Amino acid sequence: MNEAAASPASVSGVQAIVVGASAGGVEALLSIFAALAPGFSLPIIAVLHLPDERRSQLAEVFDRRLHIPVVEARDKEMIQPGTLYFAGPGYHLSVEHDRSLSLSQEDRVHHSRPAIDFLFESAADAYGPNLLAILLTGANQDGGRGLAQVKQLGGITVVQDPLEARVDVMPKAALALHTPDYILTLSRIGDLLASLESSPC
Amino acid sequence: MDRSTDIELRLLIEAIYLKYSYDFRDYSGASVKRRVAHALRQFDCKTISALQERVLHDPTAFMQLLQFLTIPVSEMFRDPSHFLAIRQEVVPLLKTYPSIKIWIAGCSTGEEVYSMAILLREEGLLERTIIYATDINPNSLEKAKQGIFSLESVRAYTHNYQQAGGTQSFADYYTAAYDYAIFDKTLRENVTFADHSLATDSVFSETQLISCRNVLIYFNKKLQDRAFGLFHESLCHRGFLVLGSKETLDFSAYSKQFEPLVKQERIYRKS
Repeated sequence: MNEAAASPASVSGVQAIVVGASAGGVEALLSIFAALAPGFSLPIIAVLHLPDERRSQLAEVFDRRLHIPVVEARDKEMIQPGTLYFAGPGYHLSVEHDRSLSLSQEDRVHHSRPAIDFLFESAADAYGPNLLAILLTGANQDGGRGLAQVKQLGGITVVQDPLEARVDVMPKAALALHTPDYILTLSRIGDLLASLESSPC
Repeated sequence: MDRSTDIELRLLIEAIYLKYSYDFRDYSGASVKRRVAHALRQFDCKTISALQERVLHDPTAFMQLLQFLTIPVSEMFRDPSHFLAIRQEVVPLLKTYPSIKIWIAGCSTGEEVYSMAILLREEGLLERTIIYATDINPNSLEKAKQGIFSLESVRAYTHNYQQAGGTQSFADYYTAAYDYAIFDKTLRENVTFADHSLATDSVFSETQLISCRNVLIYFNKKLQDRAFGLFHESLCHRGFLVLGSKETLDFSAYSKQFEPLVKQERIYRKS
């Protein structure tokens, strides 16, 4: 799997980014998004597993800390460039073919709702080879199946280096299912995201 | 899944519509796709085409598939603050009507119906209210009519009920038998359970309040607008529309025809 750690300099054609994280995810997400400049052009859609409370402060917290707009994803909303969307608690978040967002309350996946798998699989359907999917730290198995689907439909996959991950269960489970394009540290993932800004899509 | 799967999925949905008149064509695609994939495993079918053949020729198999296509996730007094807001902001206005008609659209297995009936009884309104409880799934409607829920889930509902401003003991409303809670049947004396589809049927009555919670998220924008159109037509002047906590009129063609009464709790009024 060493070849997976190659330099991500060649990444291009990305039209959307999906990110999944669980335990340890807040710090990891803040770290990879910190370098994004105002005017960053790509949409980012993220699932972070949360306690099942009705209202989440996640979007507000990130909006204060980042240079790009951050909102909680709303049902039937068209995906806007340069915006970071967070899945709210208690609902799965999907991407539709017309590149709008949708919510649903199907059963939990790996005890989680929202599930990273559902976001990744539906985004893979909508964006095909123009999707970049990133899976970070976490203590369960969610995300691996979705990541494999992204890869199968031609998208680019990144798994956080398990050696660096606060909790390595989720990255390791994903690596057991498929070989991602890149295994990277948070700081390199941040560099990769920042570098996408200038690439044509 | 590859492109052929998407073709098969469209054909299955079309076949279901042509044969059984259940219209899932304008449901949100991502969720339908997952539910069909889930059904494939349960039916032990290799492809959606194989599943299509089965349901086309076997109505019993279709009824089984329908249970996968609809999502009976519900609870009583779900989002307690929503019911508290109905009690505090809507009930005083409902009390001004001599008789009240309420439509609970997409009532599933009845949790929303019993929640509303209990709230109305405590506010002294149940006797002069008719509730229409509709759904597309006959199995769900049958369960709703029975009003029997597991004791385990009722324990969670009890907590919701208290948070929602309940004035009695929740146990007053049901009889426990083994692992089940059988709800007081007088709660549904004025409830009419009926088969109705927001995708294909039309308005059947004038109403003062419509509750449609966690149904519209499964529709695409076009079908949502159809449903909002039905609600607009059914509601009396200044009637109330209440939605699920993540549902909104904001992206709808009807956003101007309703105004928020308690926006946070998704309580709207016909403009």
